[in-house]
Amino acid sequence: MSGHGTAPGAVADRTPADDAPVSSGFGAVAGRRLRGVRGATLRHVPRSPGAVLSVLVLLLVLGWAVAPEWFTGQSPTAGTPAERFRPPSGAHLFGTDQLGRDVYARVVHGASLSLRATVVAIAVALVVGILLGLAAGSFGRWADAVIMRLVEVMLSVPPVLLSLTIVAAIGFGTVQVAVAVGVTSVAAFARVMRAEVLRVRTAGYVEATMLLGSRWWRVLFRYVLPAAVGPVLALAALDFGLVVLAIASLSFLGYGEPPPAPEWGALVADGRNYLATAWWLTTLPSLVVTAVVLAANRLSRILETRGERP
Amino acid sequence: MTPARYLAGRVLRAVFVVWAAFTLAFAALRLLPGDPVALMLSGRGGFDTLSPRDIARAKAELGLDRPLPVQYGHALLDALHGDLGASLQTGQPVTRMIADALPSTLALGGTALALALTAGSALAVSAHLAVSPAVRQLLRSLPAFAVSLPSFAVGLLLIQLLSVRWHLFPSLGGTGVAGLVLPACTLAIPGAALVAQVLGKSLHTVLREPYADTVRATGAGRARLLLGHGLRNAAIPAVTVVGLLVGYLIGGAVVVETVFSRPGMGRITQAAVATQDLPVVQGVVVLASFVFAVVNLGVDLLYPVLDPRIRATGRLVTS
Repeated sequence: MSGHGTAPGAVADRTPADDAPVSSGFGAVAGRRLRGVRGATLRHVPRSPGAVLSVLVLLLVLGWAVAPEWFTGQSPTAGTPAERFRPPSGAHLFGTDQLGRDVYARVVHGASLSLRATVVAIAVALVVGILLGLAAGSFGRWADAVIMRLVEVMLSVPPVLLSLTIVAAIGFGTVQVAVAVGVTSVAAFARVMRAEVLRVRTAGYVEATMLLGSRWWRVLFRYVLPAAVGPVLALAALDFGLVVLAIASLSFLGYGEPPPAPEWGALVADGRNYLATAWWLTTLPSLVVTAVVLAANRLSRILETRGERP
Repeated sequence: MTPARYLAGRVLRAVFVVWAAFTLAFAALRLLPGDPVALMLSGRGGFDTLSPRDIARAKAELGLDRPLPVQYGHALLDALHGDLGASLQTGQPVTRMIADALPSTLALGGTALALALTAGSALAVSAHLAVSPAVRQLLRSLPAFAVSLPSFAVGLLLIQLLSVRWHLFPSLGGTGVAGLVLPACTLAIPGAALVAQVLGKSLHTVLREPYADTVRATGAGRARLLLGHGLRNAAIPAVTVVGLLVGYLIGGAVVVETVFSRPGMGRITQAAVATQDLPVVQGVVVLASFVFAVVNLGVDLLYPVLDPRIRATGRLVTS
C-alpha cells in the first residue's frame, strides 16, 4: 500500500501530477503550480452555486475570527442566570446554555480559537514536512533511509492515535491540539517534498549553480526549495477541511482549552449533558463545524480537479 | 521474485513497523515534557502533602529512576512477553484492561467494517449504473459529502432523533444488538464514503480498458459488463482500502465510543489521554499498530492470490 495513514478522503494519494518539465528554468514548477491554484479559485468559483456558498461560509467564519464583536453584541463567557435554556429566537440566534450564555456568541468567539489551531496545525505540518523532505531528498543515503523509515512508521499508526499520543505527552490546550493534528500530516508532506526535491535536484540549473561554486545550503534554500515546494503547498490547501475536523474532534474529546473557552468541539461536548432537553446546544455548533468542513472540502475538490487538467 | 521472498519481506516489514511504533511511543512519552509520577500521585491523593522523598521512592518503585536505555530495554523485553506495564491510575495491568475492553470494540469495529464495505460498494456500483445524469451526479458527490461530516455530530444527531425523540434505540451505553446499531452506523459512514471513492475511481479506470470494449461489442448491457467483468478487476486495487479502513476504524472508535458512552478500547484511550496515563496510551498504540500491520500484511498477501499478474512479477500492476 502506498502511504495512506490519514483519515478517509485524505489527500495522501493525491500527489499532484509531477510530469512538468524541470529544465525550463528555476522556479518554473513552483510558479506554474501556484498560478494553477490561484487561477482555479478565481476562475471556477463564480460558476457553481455550491462553490459560491462555500466561499461565503469561509468568509463569514473568517469574519467571526477576526472581529467577533461585529457579529454579536453578547458576551461569550458571562451568562444571565434568569435566561437559562432559552431555545433559539430573535434575541438568541442559537439559544442559551445551562448558564444562560448566548450560544451564538460562543460560536462566534470560538471561531478565532478554531481557526488559529488550524493555521498552527498546517504550519507545523508544512515546516516539519518540508524540512524532512528536503533533508531526505538532498542528503541521500543514510539520512534518506532513516527519514523515510520514520515517515513509514508515522503512516503506520492511525492518525487519531498519533494525535492522542502527542496530546498525552505534551498536555492540553489549543496549541497542543494543533501541534498534535499537524504532526499527522507531516509524513505525507515529507514524501511529496522528497519526490519533488529528487526531481529538481537533477535539473540543469541546480547543477550549474553548484558548479559555479555556491554553497550547498544556499543552493538548497535559494534554488531547490522554491522549485520543489509548490506541490506540498497545494497538498496543504487540500488538507484544510480535514484539519478543522480533526481539531474539532480532539476538542470534543476534551483536550482543548479548559472550560470557559468556547472551542467548537468543546461546545458540542458540553451540550451532550442536555441532549434530551436542549437540542440546540449540540446541534447548532455541530452544524457550524460541519458547514466549515464541507465548504473547505468543496473548495479543495475544485482545486484538485483543476490541478488534474493542466 | 519468489513467493517465499515476497512473504518474508512483507512479514519483516510488519514486524519492523510494530517495533518502531513501540519505540516511537516510548520516546514520545518519556522524552517530551510532563512528569508521569507527579500526575499519578496527584491522581491518587493530595499532591501537596508529598515530600520530594516520597516522589523519589515512587519513581524507584516504577523503575523510572534508571537511565532511559535501561528502561527501554526492560519495557521492550516485557512487551515481548506480553506485559505492557500497569496503569498509573488504577494499577491494573494494561494487557488485562485491553483484554476486557477488546470484545466490545471488536463487535463495533467488525459491524462497522461490514457496513462500510457493503454500503460503500453498493454506492459505487449504483453510481455507475444510474441512468439519469442527475441521480448519477448525486450518487457521485455523496461520498465527498459524507467524508466531511464530523462523526460526533452524526452520532449526536442520531441519538437526538432516533433515541430521544422517537425512542427507537437505547441512547447511551446500550448493550446488545439494539445498542450496537447507532454507534456502528456512525462509525461506518466515513468508511463507506472511503470505499465508495476508491472503488468508484477503480471502476472508472477498469471500464475504459480494451476488454471492456470487447464485452460491449458482444452486446452485453451495462449491468452485465459492470457486475460480470468490471467489478472483479476493480476490486483488486480496492482491497487496499480494507487496510486503510481498519486504521480509520481504530481512530474513529475513540470518538464514537465517547459519544455513545460505550465501553471499549476507544473509551480506555480517551480516559488514558485525559489523565495522561502513559503506559495505557503506549499499550493502545502498540496494539493498534499491530492490528494495522497484520491487516495490511493480510492485504499484501491477498494480492498475489487475487491477481495472477502480481504472482508473476511480485509487483502491483497498474494499467
